[in-house]
Amino acid sequence: MTTAGIDIGSRTIKFVIFEDSKIAYYCITDTTVEPLLKVKEILNGKKFNCIIATGYGRYLTQEIYKCPVITEIKAYAIGAHFLFPDCRTIIDIGGQDTKIIKLKNGSVIDFEMNDRCAAGTGKFLEIMAQTLGMKIEEFGSVALQGKNSVPINSMCTVFAESEVVSLIARGEDKKNIALSLHYSIINRLMAMLGRIEPEDAIVFAGGVAKNPCMVELLKKNLGKLLIPNEPQIIGALGAAIIAQRGDQDEKS
Amino acid sequence: MNNYEKMWQELGLDVALHNEVLAYINKGFQNTVGKQKNRPKTMEYFDNVLHESHGGRVAELLEEKSKGKKIVGFFCIYVPEEIVMALDLVPIALCGGTNFSVPHAEKTLPRDICPLVKSTLGLAFSKTCPYAPIKSLAVGETTCDAKKKVWDILSQKVNFHVMEVPQKKEIIDAHLWDDEVHTFVEKLEKLAEKKLDAGILRENIEIMNNKRKALQHVAKLRIKEPTPISGLDALVVMQAALNDEPVRFTKHVEELCAELDDRIKKGVSPFSNKVKKIMVSGCPSVMGNWKVHSLIESSGGAIVVDETCTGVKYFKDLVDTEVDDIEGLLGAVADRYLKLNCSCFTPNNDRMDMAKNLAKEGNVKGVVQYVLQYCHSYNIEAIRIEGALKQANIPSMKIVTDYSEEDTGQLRTRIEAFLETLA
Repeated sequence: MTTAGIDIGSRTIKFVIFEDSKIAYYCITDTTVEPLLKVKEILNGKKFNCIIATGYGRYLTQEIYKCPVITEIKAYAIGAHFLFPDCRTIIDIGGQDTKIIKLKNGSVIDFEMNDRCAAGTGKFLEIMAQTLGMKIEEFGSVALQGKNSVPINSMCTVFAESEVVSLIARGEDKKNIALSLHYSIINRLMAMLGRIEPEDAIVFAGGVAKNPCMVELLKKNLGKLLIPNEPQIIGALGAAIIAQRGDQDEKS
Repeated sequence: MNNYEKMWQELGLDVALHNEVLAYINKGFQNTVGKQKNRPKTMEYFDNVLHESHGGRVAELLEEKSKGKKIVGFFCIYVPEEIVMALDLVPIALCGGTNFSVPHAEKTLPRDICPLVKSTLGLAFSKTCPYAPIKSLAVGETTCDAKKKVWDILSQKVNFHVMEVPQKKEIIDAHLWDDEVHTFVEKLEKLAEKKLDAGILRENIEIMNNKRKALQHVAKLRIKEPTPISGLDALVVMQAALNDEPVRFTKHVEELCAELDDRIKKGVSPFSNKVKKIMVSGCPSVMGNWKVHSLIESSGGAIVVDETCTGVKYFKDLVDTEVDDIEGLLGAVADRYLKLNCSCFTPNNDRMDMAKNLAKEGNVKGVVQYVLQYCHSYNIEAIRIEGALKQANIPSMKIVTDYSEEDTGQLRTRIEAFLETLA
C-alpha cells in the first residue's frame, strides 16, 4: 500500500510518500500565507491510497481533503521510532514551538510543549539572525565561531531583541552575540527537559536540528544525540506510517 | 434585546459598547456551547439565564430594588450568600469571563495579572457592567494578591467591604474567619437597616442547601454511564448558578436531573463511546469563558468532573442546620465556607485529597489542570496536584492560558496529544 503524510507547520509544509516500508518520496515547501494552495500544489499528480494530515494546518487540510488527522506529537513519535527503534526521547524544535516527547515502544507516554510564546523556537532564531543581519542558514555556523557568551536574560523574543540591539551598540562581537542567543534557547530547553527526565536514545528533530550550533550545544548537555538525515520530515513520515495501519482511531 | 436599551441608558451604560460586548459574548457562546449536538432539552432554561444575564435578570433586580431590596455584588464563592439573602439583600456574582473587556482594564491595571480580574474590572471601567451601577455594596475577599490590591482601588470609588479569607487552617485561622463572618453580618445589617434573624437565616441556609443538593445530584449523574451531559453544558449550569435567583434555579436543576436520569436509562449521550473521560481541575471558568471546556470536548474528551469554583467547590458542602441559635448558625456557615480549599491556603493538603478522590470517583482517564495566566497559586499548586494524582496512577496535564483566542491552535495540539496518550 502507498500512503502519504503531510505536516503543515507554521513555517514549512512537509510531505512524505511511504511505500514498501520506506520513504518513496518527500518534499519540503514554505507554508506561505496560503497554506491550502501550497497543499494543493504538493498533492497535485501524486498517487497514494490514503493520506493523514498533521501539524497546525491539519484541520484546514481535513476540511478540503476529508482525511484523518493526528497531532504532530503522535506523528513525531511514530516517525522517530521508525527511524530509530531505540528512541525514548524526542526533542523537536520547529517554527513556532518546542516539543519534548517521551516514548515507550513508539507510543507517547509524556510530553512537554512551550506555551504560546515563540521564545526558544525556530522563529526566535530567525528573528535574532535578522537582527544581527545574518541569514538563518549561516546563523548556527557563525555562532560556533563565538568565543565568549554574554548573558541574555530575556525569555521574551521582543525583549531579547532589544538586549541584542544594545549589545550591538556596545560593540560586542556578533559571533559572541549569536552564540549567546543559542545558549539562551538551550537554557530554556534544559529547563523543559528537566521536567520530563529524558532517557536515551534522544532524537533531535525539527527544522532547528539543522542548526550546527544547536546540535553542538545540545550534545554538550546531553551527550549522544541522534539526528535524522532530514530532521524536518519526521512528522510527515509518522503520519504516512500510521496511514499504513488503515484501521487507526485518528479523528476523521 | 432592544427593549433593554432604555434600561441600560438609564443605568448610565455605554449602550453602543455594551451591545458590542453582548455580541462578542454571544458569538463565543454560539461557537462553543451552541455548536454542541444532542443537548438535554432542559438546558434551554440555563442558556436563557446566560442570555438574559445583562437583560431580564437586571430588570428583575431593579424591580427588587424598587421594593427596597439592595443588591450586593461579590467576586468569589467564599462570600456567604445565605447571610446576604437573610437580610433581604440580593447577592449577585460579578466575575467577568470575556476577553472583550480586558484591554479596557489594561488602560489602568498592569497587563500581567489574571484575566478574570482584568475582565471584571474592564467591564466596570468601560461602563458595560449593568450590575456596577445597581449594587449598593461590593464584597471582595483576600484569595489573591491582584484582587486585594484592586479592592483598594475600587473602595475609593464605591461602597466596598473586604472579607479576610485566612491562608492557613489552624484553630486561630478558624477564629479569624468566624470574626470575619460576624463583621460581615454587621456591615450588612447596617446596609439593610435591620437585624439578622435566626429563623430567616435558617430558611435561607435551607434555600442554599437545596441549591447545593440539586447541583450535587447533577455531579453524581455526570459520572454515570453513558455520560448524559457534556462538561460544557454542566459549566453553563454552574455559570447560571452564579447569576440566577436560587429557588427558581434549583427547580430547573431538578428538572435537568430528571431528564439526565432518563437519558442514562435510555443510553442517550452527547458523546461517542470512544470518548475519554476527563476531570478539569484548577481555576474557575465564569460566564463568557467556555474556551478550555470547548477545546477538550471538541478534541475527543468528555469532562465529567470540575474540581473548580465553577464546579464541585461551589456545592460540595452543606451548611449544618442542626444547631440552635443564631450564633450556632453563623458558626456553621463559617465552617462550611472554610472548607473550599482555594489555592490561597498553605498547606493545602485537603485539596490534594479532594482532587484525587474526585478523579477516582469520576473514573476519569486523565486530568487537565486549568490555570488562568498569572494565577500563581494555582499554577504552582499544580505541581502538588500532579504528584497526588500520579500516586493514584492518574495522568494529568497543565495548561496555562488567558481568555484570548490566539493560542487555541497550540492548546488543541496539546490537549489532543494528551488525550492520545490516555489508554
